[in-house]
Amino acid sequence: MLSKVAERIYWAARYLERAESTARLLTIYDKLLFDLPRQVDLSWYNLIVINSLEADFNERYSVRDERNVVKFLLGDDSNPSSLVCSLKALRENIRTTRDVIPPETWEMVNELTLFVQENLNQGISRRNRHEFLDSVIKACQQIIGLWFVSMPRDSAWDMLLLGQNLERADMTTRNLDAGVATLMEVEDDDFAVNARQIIWGNVLRSLNAEQPYRRAARSSVKGHLVASYLIGDECFPRTLSFCLSTMSDVVTKLPRNKDVLNFLKGMQKELPGCSETDEPGEEFRDTLNSLQLALGDLHSVIGTTWFMSESV
Amino acid sequence: MSIEWKEYAPEGEFYDELFSSPGNPRQPAKRLVSYLSTLSEDDIQSRKMATESTIKEMGVSFTVYTEGGNIDRAWPFDLVPRVISSSQWEKTAAGLKQRLKALNMFIDDLYHDQKIIRDGIIPEFVLKQSKNYRPECEGVSPRFGVWAHICGTDLVRDKDGQFYVLEDNLRVPSGVSYMLENRSIMKRVIPEVFEKVNIAPVGDYPEHLFDTLASLSPRRVAKPVVVVLTPGIYNSAYFEHAFLAQRMGAELIEGSDLIVKDDDCVYMKTIAGLERVDVIYRRIDDLFLDPEVFEKDSVLGVPGLMRAWKAGNVALANAPGAGVADDKVVYAYVPEIIRYYLGEEPLIPNVETFLCYDDEQREYVLANLDKLVVKPANESGGYGMLIGPHSTKKERETFAELIKANPRNYIAQPTLALSTAPTLVGKNKIEPRHLDLRPFVLQGRDSYVTTGGLTRVAMKKGSLVVNSSQGGGSKDTWIVDGPVTKAAKKKAAKGEGK
Repeated sequence: MLSKVAERIYWAARYLERAESTARLLTIYDKLLFDLPRQVDLSWYNLIVINSLEADFNERYSVRDERNVVKFLLGDDSNPSSLVCSLKALRENIRTTRDVIPPETWEMVNELTLFVQENLNQGISRRNRHEFLDSVIKACQQIIGLWFVSMPRDSAWDMLLLGQNLERADMTTRNLDAGVATLMEVEDDDFAVNARQIIWGNVLRSLNAEQPYRRAARSSVKGHLVASYLIGDECFPRTLSFCLSTMSDVVTKLPRNKDVLNFLKGMQKELPGCSETDEPGEEFRDTLNSLQLALGDLHSVIGTTWFMSESV
Repeated sequence: MSIEWKEYAPEGEFYDELFSSPGNPRQPAKRLVSYLSTLSEDDIQSRKMATESTIKEMGVSFTVYTEGGNIDRAWPFDLVPRVISSSQWEKTAAGLKQRLKALNMFIDDLYHDQKIIRDGIIPEFVLKQSKNYRPECEGVSPRFGVWAHICGTDLVRDKDGQFYVLEDNLRVPSGVSYMLENRSIMKRVIPEVFEKVNIAPVGDYPEHLFDTLASLSPRRVAKPVVVVLTPGIYNSAYFEHAFLAQRMGAELIEGSDLIVKDDDCVYMKTIAGLERVDVIYRRIDDLFLDPEVFEKDSVLGVPGLMRAWKAGNVALANAPGAGVADDKVVYAYVPEIIRYYLGEEPLIPNVETFLCYDDEQREYVLANLDKLVVKPANESGGYGMLIGPHSTKKERETFAELIKANPRNYIAQPTLALSTAPTLVGKNKIEPRHLDLRPFVLQGRDSYVTTGGLTRVAMKKGSLVVNSSQGGGSKDTWIVDGPVTKAAKKKAAKGEGK
């Protein structure tokens, strides 16, 4: 398989995953709004911080309110991670890999792009946001489903899995981070226990992980358990551990895999746990941050190994 | 209410593809016309809408550069097909093969002994001043002596009903994917008619293209690596490049995916490392192929590609330098070229052509600018032309000066009475519109001609411009023979490659 095609498929999968995850991340906040006691002052700006987009955001907006944050994450074409930009990049990558990806993908991506363009305002206003985000998530899943049932399990599929799982691992750390960041704004008063449960419950739900968590943890929703689950569980497809081992399996099949495989093994070995006693806090956020950096390095190793960005 | 075919009035001075006179369809078109007469106005409207949505779904598009960035436009398509009898097509196809065979012998001769010049058939300066002659190609011997492997010949039908060759496109002719897509659209939108008329299938082109390309491989391997080299997504024919790569199962690549190593072999960069490439179907112009030899700043090409080609380590289709036979002055000599190399009479005539470097012919051209079409010798895509009957006095004066200053660079032809075919206009009106035909001819070890070709139609009344960028559309082209027998239907279904 051509390196360039491999790279484009990898990025197509990443952007599709990013579009879906951005929509998911917003749903956490959207749902929290309804459930949290009014005393908790929810800062929408957290979403900018956990996506490491402070500089871009502040260049564009001075007011850090809900409307601006949502606008920035969904519709802003100066934010390379916004929903609109992710879909644009997805479309360009699909357009140039149509010879290895099921042809229907092209039509579905066009449909999704058109839907988002036409209904963006529904996503920005609070009233129809849920419906809008839900439609986006479903459309993304439809594409993934198409790939799952119709793609040959060849190198194109491997590249797709690599992109999808790397992006997914990264977004899981960011979802967790969103939870912790919100939690730290909860004052330690009578409402705190309730608020914590609501926040962690929503983190799980936004990753479709609530039910699997309960079955695996056999416990009520507790901060350190949720964090340990989303990092270390070996069965649920959005956990760090699962994403890393999926990538390891894929990489084993690919040629010239030594560097990537070693890097992945190193990461798997050093996956952090979460101490049982305390609520995850600032320290845990640092852990998440270094995980994100490691995933960034993993991307570089993948790039130099298979995409031959530099001349040979 | 259905279409009033009786009211369809082909204009007497043109040959109409479907009607010999008002109300009288030609033999091969009879079944089609009788079928179309059964459709109500609503039927036609709903099928027209189905056509448009099919085109969007299939993503058939072409790119237009202007209007702020590059824009994908839906492919304009007319529901009423153009019909040609199989017996006439067989003769035409033989003529096209004959022509390409002679042209390839001519190109091969030019880059070797130049016998045709020494024998005084073509004056030497014609060659010396040809913009597309590449001295870098002298002495190279591509496999089978074939330089132009893929040719898109433009045919027009004059008022006498005879096909004429208007242009040989030997560089990077495009349009074949639209020919194939037109047929798939028709099958989806009016499937019933395929039951009633015995229409020859067109879908085997990618197969033949692949076989032609594979036959050029310098390595004798079971599965030669064939790739399609595209300038990228901003090229107006990118859709076609991707389409053909997909249909052939070939890699679609850009220049930066390839590398020529010290062994003068071409490799593509894959996830498993470098893999040797045998045949490149290149869809970029000569001058951008190799920055070591041609345009130094080209980022589309591959440094060293010419080295590899000359060393015989990779096949390029079409070969660099093949465009020398696209020169419109050379065009005027093609009938002579056919006689010279093949000792045969040309099966398809040329359009009458006046060469401005000849004193006598130039005098005639200058005296009749208002009646003639003047073309520069080496442009393609209809640039820099003078269409006499539609020109202003000032334009004619400008052209007279241009011709006098550089007579070698200009030819003139009579204004053609391009044939017409009934075309849907507005709700359910049928009016005559002008059209041409571009069949595609392949030559490698064997040769092949598409069944019919791409019919391009000028959608504006009276217009002769069929280019898609200037309001042109297209029609499905049917090669049709006698009444349908069961056996023939079975055979046709089997032959369809899609």
